[in-house]
Amino acid sequence: MIDPVFLAEAAINGLLLGGVLALLALGLNLIFGVIDIVWIAYVDLVMICMYAVYFVVQVYGWPIWVGGLTSVALGALLGIAVHLLIISPILTSAPVNQLLATGGLLFFLQSFATFLWTTDHRSVRLTLPRLELFDMPISVARLIAFGLAIVAMLGLYLFLTRTYIGTAIRAVSQDREAMALMGANPQRVYVVTSAVGGAMAGLAGALLIIQYAVHPFFGAAFGPITFMICVLGGLGNMVGAFVASFIMSEVIAVSGVIWSTEMGYVIAFVVFIVMIFVRPGGILARRG
Amino acid sequence: MAARALGFVLLLGLAVLPFVPMAGMRQYALHVLVQIFIWSFIGGAWALMGRFGLTSLGHGAFLGLGAYTSTLLWNSFGLSPWLGAVAAVLLTAGVAVIVAYPCSRFQVVGHYFGLVTLAVGEVVRLLIIAERDWTGGSLGLTLKTAGAGGSLLAAQSADKRVFYYAALIVWLIGLWVWVRLDRSMARAAMEAIGEDEVAAASVGVHVARFKLAITALSAALTAFGGVVYAQYITYVNPETLAGIGVSLRIVFAVVLGGMYSWLGPTVGTALTITLQEYLRVKFGLRLIGMAETIYGLLLILFIIYMPKGILGTLMERAARKTGAAVSPPQAVSR
Repeated sequence: MIDPVFLAEAAINGLLLGGVLALLALGLNLIFGVIDIVWIAYVDLVMICMYAVYFVVQVYGWPIWVGGLTSVALGALLGIAVHLLIISPILTSAPVNQLLATGGLLFFLQSFATFLWTTDHRSVRLTLPRLELFDMPISVARLIAFGLAIVAMLGLYLFLTRTYIGTAIRAVSQDREAMALMGANPQRVYVVTSAVGGAMAGLAGALLIIQYAVHPFFGAAFGPITFMICVLGGLGNMVGAFVASFIMSEVIAVSGVIWSTEMGYVIAFVVFIVMIFVRPGGILARRG
Repeated sequence: MAARALGFVLLLGLAVLPFVPMAGMRQYALHVLVQIFIWSFIGGAWALMGRFGLTSLGHGAFLGLGAYTSTLLWNSFGLSPWLGAVAAVLLTAGVAVIVAYPCSRFQVVGHYFGLVTLAVGEVVRLLIIAERDWTGGSLGLTLKTAGAGGSLLAAQSADKRVFYYAALIVWLIGLWVWVRLDRSMARAAMEAIGEDEVAAASVGVHVARFKLAITALSAALTAFGGVVYAQYITYVNPETLAGIGVSLRIVFAVVLGGMYSWLGPTVGTALTITLQEYLRVKFGLRLIGMAETIYGLLLILFIIYMPKGILGTLMERAARKTGAAVSPPQAVSR
């Protein structure tokens, strides 16, 4: 029998991991919901942003918040570049081609990172105070990441509901043909969405680098789970993805302690597959 | 009939190739060709589903299941890979049906189907890593040798020519399956299902049965390809035989060549493997990652500028020139 303290610790770690997964899923889900294309390489963009923070902070010695801002700006630029260079020419292609074009980007980013920076693991070392709760050590880095992720999600929510362009984004995600008929310019909405999605990737990168070491295959480690969360939450459904992130992170963390890390992911994927069959519209969808 | 004659000459050329003296290059040339045959076969197996809108992003699962089943049976119990292949194919087809049945029952199609299969691929990869006590984990597993010269019972051989012919035959079997399916009623049924399931069902097409059958067939062939590959390389590894990486590679090669024509998977696979080998030889150990970087970049460009694949684009051009109204079936969305 496993010590309940370990389980409680795993549950707390799962909660903290959930915040970051939610942030990852949020950006991908926004793009997914609005442009209707899965960016297979989304987490690889996060990986590039993590390297950016690493170089700004660890190599050039700037403070961490500069690294974070650089990362967010870089993410937004990368998002726009991906949209204009890759997505925009194939907007009307078959879905499989759209998936594969960003899949090609995945190979490109992974191997270009290997080429530039080798496969060494790199991390940003911050000196943070230690925190304990009932004798359980709690990572302050994770706590900060969790808090900022929640703030960012609230910010995105306000952006989507309170601004003009945010409203346009939501409208396109509901009905793109009708939006074009109403005189809105979908292309502009797409570019803004990609920039915002990219900025979320940048922020996620900045929050991940203080917890994990970055390496060229980082995207492969977090990519699949991020897609699963988006689908589990219901494509384009922000609240659903938020809830799904915590379900998945708890499954991974708790079964990771009971069995092994790999088994944690196996169970998470199996949960995903079963949920697709039981609730294809996402966990929060009404059964129709 | 000129095309048929040309094909015959080409086959004859392939059959005598191992006996052409190539001054030391023979081993390498044969190695590249064996890889092209095996991966073309696997690509063709994927395309059996892919061309009807069942875009699987998890064929690595079937490949890995096949390769590991026969390898583990041979290593642990000394079961001949000939029988191991049968077990591998049956097991994989069974798993494919278990995945495909609910997909068909709950109408999981399009993006969702892709993501479900992607998850299946990851599950297989992670299970192989997790069960490291008997699968060797991420370090992989080497097939036990059956002796220096090889053995027919163990389906091993030190002579590359043996595998060359075996792979050639396997590749031809793959093409034969494709052509048989293409001429059957099943093709018409599957095309109808790919375009509109409800409409197909309304005219009496048994949607679930056809989908399950095509998935099982595709998975079984992929598993067989995995067994052949494992026997040839005599080493299995979860990263190269399961998971998202290899699954995407298979799809890439097929889409590059064109998934709607029988030679498309072969053209695409031959091109990607030749490209990879060329880049690998050119850059070697000097610029690690450069070869793959160029590979990724070319894939993006090909998909943007030749969305129907090389063969599809060429055929379309030829059709336009002769003024014929034949066009390859349109890509089916959702």
